[in-house]
Amino acid sequence: MVKLVLRKQEFEARPGMALVDALKKVDILPEAVIAIRNGEVITEDEILHDGDVIKLVAVISGG
Amino acid sequence: MKCKKCGQRASVNMPQHNLGLCREHFLEWVPEQTERFIKKYAMFTHEEKILVAVSGGKDSLSLWDILHRLGYRADGLYIALGIDEGVDYSVESQRLAEKFAAERGLTLHVVNVQEQTGKTIPEWAETSLRGRQKPCAVCGLVKRHEMNRIARDLGYDVLATGHNLDDEAAVLFGNTLSWSREYLLRQAPVLPGTPGLARKVKPLCRFYEREMAAYALLRGIEYIYEECPYSAGASSIRYKELLNQLEHDQPGAKLAFYLKFLDARQQGLFSAQEEKQLELHPCPNCGQPTSAPGLCSYCRMVGEFGG
Repeated sequence: MVKLVLRKQEFEARPGMALVDALKKVDILPEAVIAIRNGEVITEDEILHDGDVIKLVAVISGG
Repeated sequence: MKCKKCGQRASVNMPQHNLGLCREHFLEWVPEQTERFIKKYAMFTHEEKILVAVSGGKDSLSLWDILHRLGYRADGLYIALGIDEGVDYSVESQRLAEKFAAERGLTLHVVNVQEQTGKTIPEWAETSLRGRQKPCAVCGLVKRHEMNRIARDLGYDVLATGHNLDDEAAVLFGNTLSWSREYLLRQAPVLPGTPGLARKVKPLCRFYEREMAAYALLRGIEYIYEECPYSAGASSIRYKELLNQLEHDQPGAKLAFYLKFLDARQQGLFSAQEEKQLELHPCPNCGQPTSAPGLCSYCRMVGEFGG
């Protein structure tokens, strides 16, 4: 499986999916996060592999 | 996705520009674009002294980094707000701003609101009329006053803030929903200086927030990731989420919203009563310009509720 981690939340995704599709399944807009895999920033068309842990960095700030 | 410049794997995709870039070329592209915006909007020159308002967040630290890389004379200003709320928010953001400055040998001015006014922002929010239920209103008022004061007292030509396009689009969206003409009039990449007020500029106003987060991460800039505890439920965040949904369905929508507004403004959409709107009076206490004769909002608040 693939794990997506956003702050304290964790989501699972199927290997072989594109990141953009995995984000859609868990209702996260690609526009609102930066995805990091093995320390590298990746684009949303990247295919996810079994065992991947994708750290999602929220980009929205304000107040 | 491949980098449009070198064909290597892209790190950042920017559909609104039909552009994907690898780390190296993205980190070149951002300062190049910033320089382009600085010149396009005549923000400042290499001869002028710039004061960057630094919060410890990704945008302001990235802005300071970019201006430093571009060779501008840019010092930082950190305003310690005294916000704790169990997460040491101000302490941590000040630590990161000071660390950033020390690592690069840059000058950072630190103003402590409690030392300056006798109370922290949360205390002002509790005790002043303006702050009741609205700590952000007090915070904005105090920050604006202190930024203007330091820029004037230390002789800076221009005050630069890290507002990105998402910030600007969210403000524009809110002001359009309420047709707040006076605020729409004032929203621009450059606010000219007036006697007692430094020119204000927003060199990042055409970058998406996501791009600035990517810049900070790819440059290895350590910034405060946690949100201000008072920002939960803020309308600006809700507007950003709405605009991101629109952007997702229609890439480039946020950028077009903002740029077409700037075009419309330049063409006179809001100009009929402009001169009347710009009448300012010096506050008899602090000297900063204010919209009505008499004490400015800051001096009224500190005078009435200080001590």
